[in-house]
Amino acid sequence: MTPNPYFFILIFCAVALVFPTMPLALAWLWRRFFQPPKPGAEKNATYECGVESLGEAQVQFRSQYYLYCIIFLIFDVEAVFLVPFAVAFTGLPVGAFIAILVFLLLLIEGLIWAWSKGCLDWAR
Amino acid sequence: MSEIDEDLRSELQRQGVWVTSMQDLYNWGRRNSIWPLQFGLACCAIEMIATAASRYDIARFGGEVFRPSPRQADLMIVAGTVTKKMAPQIVRLYNQMPDPKYVISMGACAISGGPFKQGYNVLKGIDRYIPVDVYIPGCPPRPEALLHAFMELQRKIDSQKLTGDTKAEHLDPSQPSEFPVPAFGEHDLEPAANPDMFHPPKIERQS
Repeated sequence: MTPNPYFFILIFCAVALVFPTMPLALAWLWRRFFQPPKPGAEKNATYECGVESLGEAQVQFRSQYYLYCIIFLIFDVEAVFLVPFAVAFTGLPVGAFIAILVFLLLLIEGLIWAWSKGCLDWAR
Repeated sequence: MSEIDEDLRSELQRQGVWVTSMQDLYNWGRRNSIWPLQFGLACCAIEMIATAASRYDIARFGGEVFRPSPRQADLMIVAGTVTKKMAPQIVRLYNQMPDPKYVISMGACAISGGPFKQGYNVLKGIDRYIPVDVYIPGCPPRPEALLHAFMELQRKIDSQKLTGDTKAEHLDPSQPSEFPVPAFGEHDLEPAANPDMFHPPKIERQS
């Protein structure tokens, strides 16, 4: 008689259930009969760096940081474009030079605009 | 839990039968898997690192798993000078370790303040706040000394009782698991030592 092919899945499920629950049950029994639990304020504290935590965990972050980050990214990418420009500077035709100058001026204009809008003020 | 007669045990072992008690099994497991807290304070920490590295290889004794979290550590090796600024953090970390927990006071500084004993900001021994199991003298102690302390600790763990009046402290509900954390006072840590625990011997000076 061959067993149902799904019978092995049943065995697998039983083992999968017993395997993790057995250590937990043993730990519970050990606690019950030998080692009394000794909880405390320090032991149950959330942080484990040795320094007492200050204030609340649910603090609000300013969205200003997001704007700052975006502006930083733009100018960071600008630096990436400036590097090949600087490397090829001596061999550039006038047209290319003016093109990169326009590109720079556009970005500077953007910086002035962001500045005048107050995006660079950290705390408003 | 009853103790096995040693003669009977060795006789059985000769016949290929290995018997043990729950206490022996428990202590065997604990003593061969001591996880120290990854925590160094000063130059002694360098020796501790050397002990953990391949030349001295604390893994031979089952102590190579240095845990960065007190929640997973069994052993705190106070390796180095304890400043008064650092002492509350050490006591807090010790409090956060789960029982059973042990402390090795490594080097002259951790024992008594060592060469900096007269310093205004140096704690004169970590045993003022937490119970210490093994003291290692030296400045700094060599890795062999730390290994020796580790083996002494293993010997201590091996001798701890599971039941009875002399059972281990972590199994006794009346024994504390946490110790008061000192606070920064105006001039010194307050209290300067845990009065319930720190009883230094009285020195009789002869004039």
